Amino acid sequence: MTDQPGEPIIRVRGLVNRFGAETVHDGVDLDVFRGEVLGVVGASGAGKSVLLRTIIGLNRPAAGDVEAFGSNILTMSNNDQREIEKHWGVLFQDGALFSSLTVAENIEVPIKEYYDMPMRLMDEIAAFKVGIVGLPEGTGEKFPSQLSGGMRKRAGLARALALDPEIVFLDEPTAGLDPIAASEFDILIRDLRSSLGLTVFMVTHDLDTLFAICDRVAVLVDKKLRVGTPQQMVQDNHPWIHSYFHGPRGRAALLSETGHLGQEEMRARASV
Amino acid sequence: MAAVAATLDKTEAAGSLVLAAAGEWLVATAAELDRRLRALEIPAGRRVTLDLAGIDRLDTTGAWLLLRTEHFLTERGNAVEMRNLRPSFEPLIDQVRATGIIAPARHPQPAHHSLVGFTARIGESSLGLIARAYSILGFFGIVCAASLRMARHPLRIGITPIVAQMEQTGVNALPIVSLLTFLIGVVIAYQGADYLRFYGLESYTVQLTAASILRELGVLLTAIIIAGRSGSAFTAQIGTMRVNEEIDAMRTIGLDPVEVLVLPRLFALVLTLPMLTLCANFMGILGGGLMAWAKLGMGIPEFLTHLSTVARWSFWIGLIKSPFFAVIIASIGCYEGFQVSGSAESVGRLTTLSVVEAIFLVIVTDAGFSIFFSALQI
Repeated sequence: MTDQPGEPIIRVRGLVNRFGAETVHDGVDLDVFRGEVLGVVGASGAGKSVLLRTIIGLNRPAAGDVEAFGSNILTMSNNDQREIEKHWGVLFQDGALFSSLTVAENIEVPIKEYYDMPMRLMDEIAAFKVGIVGLPEGTGEKFPSQLSGGMRKRAGLARALALDPEIVFLDEPTAGLDPIAASEFDILIRDLRSSLGLTVFMVTHDLDTLFAICDRVAVLVDKKLRVGTPQQMVQDNHPWIHSYFHGPRGRAALLSETGHLGQEEMRARASV
Repeated sequence: MAAVAATLDKTEAAGSLVLAAAGEWLVATAAELDRRLRALEIPAGRRVTLDLAGIDRLDTTGAWLLLRTEHFLTERGNAVEMRNLRPSFEPLIDQVRATGIIAPARHPQPAHHSLVGFTARIGESSLGLIARAYSILGFFGIVCAASLRMARHPLRIGITPIVAQMEQTGVNALPIVSLLTFLIGVVIAYQGADYLRFYGLESYTVQLTAASILRELGVLLTAIIIAGRSGSAFTAQIGTMRVNEEIDAMRTIGLDPVEVLVLPRLFALVLTLPMLTLCANFMGILGGGLMAWAKLGMGIPEFLTHLSTVARWSFWIGLIKSPFFAVIIASIGCYEGFQVSGSAESVGRLTTLSVVEAIFLVIVTDAGFSIFFSALQI
């Protein structure tokens, strides 16, 4: 499973992030390939969100290179940055919807910014995006403060998908959702991936999500990243990774995904 | 980015109308495609074939446009058939089809412009004003009750939060209060000296400056600065805590938010505002004196002689008002903070409101004091 299909959309090399005296990342390397779903996990405070923010250009690293779509985002001009931002969508932890705008108007913001579209068409597209993320009809008229946490996340995803991006960055998309909503979210992401060829970079704590939809898992340990398929990571000997996947929750999530594991791995797990 | 092109051609074929879609059906080309789709004239009842063979790239917006066309034509009674779609686009079409065509959301209605709407709004805001006044009075009652409870158990009063608030609202406000009242003193003396010289009374400049600053301007300016500086901070602090559910957390632990949040701010401001006023008065008179020296060449002994003729009551009248203003500013600031609900946006709105209300009430109260003192003939 070392040969990946497609070229890397995101390429991170030797990334170093420091806050004051504290080093968060120390030489992080990462490739995100076209069409894959990559899950980033790590302990709280390990710098998962910082990694995401660095890749999308919200945080300047102390050292290292970040390339998106083949160009270095740290040195590019504002115009090039804008061009690239058209091709990615970001879902922040609590949706980060603009509170003074309705959901439909939130979805229209990126469209308005980049394309000259008649109001009526924009309204129709916004209504369709509300539907595609599984929000009930009429949600478009509501303000973010009138929505539940789960609905805000879906609305945030609808805004992230407004421009039909090639890659979406999701910051803990299923955190705070009930299990049914969380698995619906998983299915939604998987469907979008298969129908749109979407690339997904996802920070998550949710082991079920990890096994259900991630092609590869990147684990932030010791200020570096270890990347592999979920099955490979299950075999990893690093103490944190081991307890992550073999704790009670990890085992439960693994059990529900045994279809993904070969006989050999089953036996290996049984001997642990 | 290369020029994106999407096309839509209408041709007549045996028995049906063929719409050939080709090129890149993406969000980038959606506006143009929408225009062409709306311009299409298709007679009702005709068979329509959507030929999708030429589509090179398709995203959800493009797929949705195709399905909207299909939906629209079917509704009108045309038989529609889609064909030659590339197999790789099928999952996308299926997913978009599963979502269906949804009516667009209405935009929030702007305010009514009719006469009835205008009158209704005046009525609504008047009733809202009465309700708010009632609610502020209620809050003030709660604060008074909590203060009385505190007075019965003085040991429960936390000194540290009061001192911390005094530092923030008092010590930190000292530079700006001093500077502004100094400048006001300078301005009054400068302008006053010109007018008084016209009547040959320029030596009374000191009396003019001192009386106006001691009686009104010192305390009023200080209260207005503190309303803008600390009243707004109270609203923002308490409002943010409400958004974060910190107030609810306090209640569940058994802490009384009024005792923990309001009383320290109230007590601190009641103590600091008179002190700030004292400082403001001093700086204002200093400014006036400096101007009298610069413009009229008045020396210190002469200045002090003039100053001592200003009625002592002027000083006390100014100072007596300041704790009342402090209560108004702290109560309004905290009250508006508790009114925050849900979004961070309401924090901003209520912070503005709290400053406006506090300044309004301070000036109204000041007018009341004016009448009161003139009735007492001091």
